[in-house]
Amino acid sequence: NNNNTARFDAARRVAIFGGTHGNEMSGVTLVNLWMQNSAEIQRKGLEIKPFITNPKAVEKCVRYVDTDLNRAFTQENLSATGGDELPYEVQRAQEINRMFGPKGSAEAYDVIFDLHNTTSNMGCTLILESSKDAFNLQMMNYIKKAFAPASCLVLLNEHPLLKYSTSRSVAKHPVGMEVGPQPQGVLRSNIFEAMRVILKHALDFISLFNEGMEFPPCTVEVFRVLERMDYPRDANGNIIAMVHPNLQDCDWEPLNPGDPMFQTFDGKTIHYQGSSTVYPTFINEAAYYEKQQAFVTTRRETLAASAISKTTK
Amino acid sequence: MERTSVPPIHNVAICGGTHGNELTGVYIVREMQKQKMEKAGSVSVTTVETNPRAVAAGRRYTEMDLNRCFTDVLLSSPITESTLYEVRRAQELNAQLGPKGSAEAVDLLIDLHNTTSNMGLCLILRPNRNAILSVIHKILYFKNNLSSVPVRAIQLDIPSSKAYSLESVGKHGFAIEVGPQPNGVLRADIFNVVKEALDLTLQWLQKFSSGHSFEGGTVEAYTFVKSVDYPRDSAGKATAVIHQNLQDNDFKLLRSGDPIFQTFSGDILKYEGEDLYPFFVNECAYYEKKIAFHLAQRKTYSFPPISVKND
Repeated sequence: NNNNTARFDAARRVAIFGGTHGNEMSGVTLVNLWMQNSAEIQRKGLEIKPFITNPKAVEKCVRYVDTDLNRAFTQENLSATGGDELPYEVQRAQEINRMFGPKGSAEAYDVIFDLHNTTSNMGCTLILESSKDAFNLQMMNYIKKAFAPASCLVLLNEHPLLKYSTSRSVAKHPVGMEVGPQPQGVLRSNIFEAMRVILKHALDFISLFNEGMEFPPCTVEVFRVLERMDYPRDANGNIIAMVHPNLQDCDWEPLNPGDPMFQTFDGKTIHYQGSSTVYPTFINEAAYYEKQQAFVTTRRETLAASAISKTTK
Repeated sequence: MERTSVPPIHNVAICGGTHGNELTGVYIVREMQKQKMEKAGSVSVTTVETNPRAVAAGRRYTEMDLNRCFTDVLLSSPITESTLYEVRRAQELNAQLGPKGSAEAVDLLIDLHNTTSNMGLCLILRPNRNAILSVIHKILYFKNNLSSVPVRAIQLDIPSSKAYSLESVGKHGFAIEVGPQPNGVLRADIFNVVKEALDLTLQWLQKFSSGHSFEGGTVEAYTFVKSVDYPRDSAGKATAVIHQNLQDNDFKLLRSGDPIFQTFSGDILKYEGEDLYPFFVNECAYYEKKIAFHLAQRKTYSFPPISVKND
C-alpha cells in the first residue's frame, strides 16, 4: 500500500566512527583496519567513510582527554567560539560537525554507525535515538533477523532528560552499536567478530535499500530507557555499595520489586524499591561511575515501523 | 617429612590501589580502615592505599608503574624535582613498610591486584624458603575454604635486589591477583572472594601465632618461564588478536599446534614450543609491555608440617 510507505532518499553517504571513546577497542581496531583496506566495507553506489573520531584519546587509550566526546555535540558546543581554548573534544565535535554535518541540515551524512564497547554484559546492542525513524527501525529489524539466532537487542534512548548529544547525532540516521562485555583497553576476538558481523548486515541493508528494495511494515521490540539508578553514596560522594551479585551480568533480565540490587561492603543487601518490573542494562559500566550511574532501567515496548522504500526521481 | 619451625609473624600490611584502576584492593582497604581492622589476635594489621593519585585519576599509574619501582636501584635513587611521582611514592612506602631487607620491615606484606585475565585467584610470590612454606599452607587453607573460585600459586624467580614489586618490601610477601575484572569496575563477587581470602589469611596467622601445627602436604605452583608478544607489523602495531581457543583459558595446557592468535585478515597462528601453561592471557595493562600472555611450567612441591618457632 504505497500511501503508507515512508520514502527516503537513497543513503549515499555513510560513516563508520571508531574511537569515540579511545579505550573501546573493537571500533578503534575495525576502523583502523578499514582505513588501511576498505575492501570489506565497500558497497556499490555508496560512499563509506571509516573515521577515528577521537585520535588523542585513542593514542592515550583513555575514554576522553578533556570531556566525553559522546556528550559533546550539544548546540551550545557546536556553536561555541574560542578555537584552541576550547576543550579538545569540543573542538573535535565542531570539526566532526563540519565534516559529517552540519547536524540537522540537508548536507549531513545519511547514516553514521558509532562503534562502542561496554564492560556490561549487554551482548550486541543497537542504540536508537528516535522511535519515529522508520529507516532506522527497518534497518534494526533487518540486522536482528540476519544475526539470529544470535541475539541483537535494541535500546531506545528518547528520554528527554537522559538523552545525550552523541557523535552520531550529526547524521540524519544515527545508529549506535554497543557490544560487551569487554574491558576497556582490551580487544577480545569474539566481541570484535560480532561487531564486524552486525556492521556487515547493516551495510547490506543500506545496499538493498539503495537498489530499490521495498521493506514491508514491521514491528521491532525495543527496550526504552526509563531511569538512571546511581550507587548508594555517603555524604562525601563515595560509593557505599556494589551492584549485587544477583544483578551483576544480568542485563536485559527482569528486575522485580524486592529483588537484590546492591550489596554493601559489609555484606548487606539493598533491594529494588520500584513499583513494577523493569529491565536493567548498562549494569556496572566502568565509565559510568563518574556519571552517577550503576545501571539504567528500561521497559519493553514494541514499535511499529511503516514500510519504506527509496524515493523515485 | 620432618616438622619445620618458622619465625613468628607479628605484623602484616594489606595494600590496595597499587594500580589505581584495580578497584577490589582500593575498596577492601577502605572498608578495613572504616571497620578499624588493626589487630587480628596478636598480629597487628596495617592497611595502606598505596597509589592515591592513580586511584583518584582512575588510572593504573600517573607517571610510572608503581609496582615496578621497588628495585634496590630505584629505592636508593636520589630524589630531585624531576623524580617521577611513583618513584617518590615507592621510597615513602619503603620507609613506612620496610626498609626492604632490614629487620624493621613488616613481617608479611599482601598486595591486592585485579587482572582482566580469567585467572581466578592467584597468589604471586618469589620463592624464599619460609615464604613458600607459609604461603603454601595458606593456599591449602584457602582451597579448603574458598570453593567458589580456583586458587593457584605463581612463582616468579627473581633475586631480592632485582625484585621490583611492592610485596618484596616485606620480610615475606605475596600478591593476591584476582580476575577477570575490567579496570575501573568493582564486582561484588570478586570483592567477596578477596575479603574471604583475607579473613582466612588473618585466621591462619592467628592460629599460627598461637602455636597451632599445620600438616604438611603437596601443592602445585606455576613458575614463570617466558612471555609471548603479539605479532606486529613494521610500525610496531599488533596485527592479531588472542585466538578464541586461548582467550579465557588461562592455566589450560598449551601444546604445539594449538591456535594462539588470529590475525585481522583471518589467519590462525599456532603455538610452537614445549608444553606450558598460559596465564595473564589478554591482560589489558600488558599491551604496552608487549606481552600477550605469559607461559609457565607447573610443578608439584611437597612441604613439611610447620609451626611457629619459639624464641
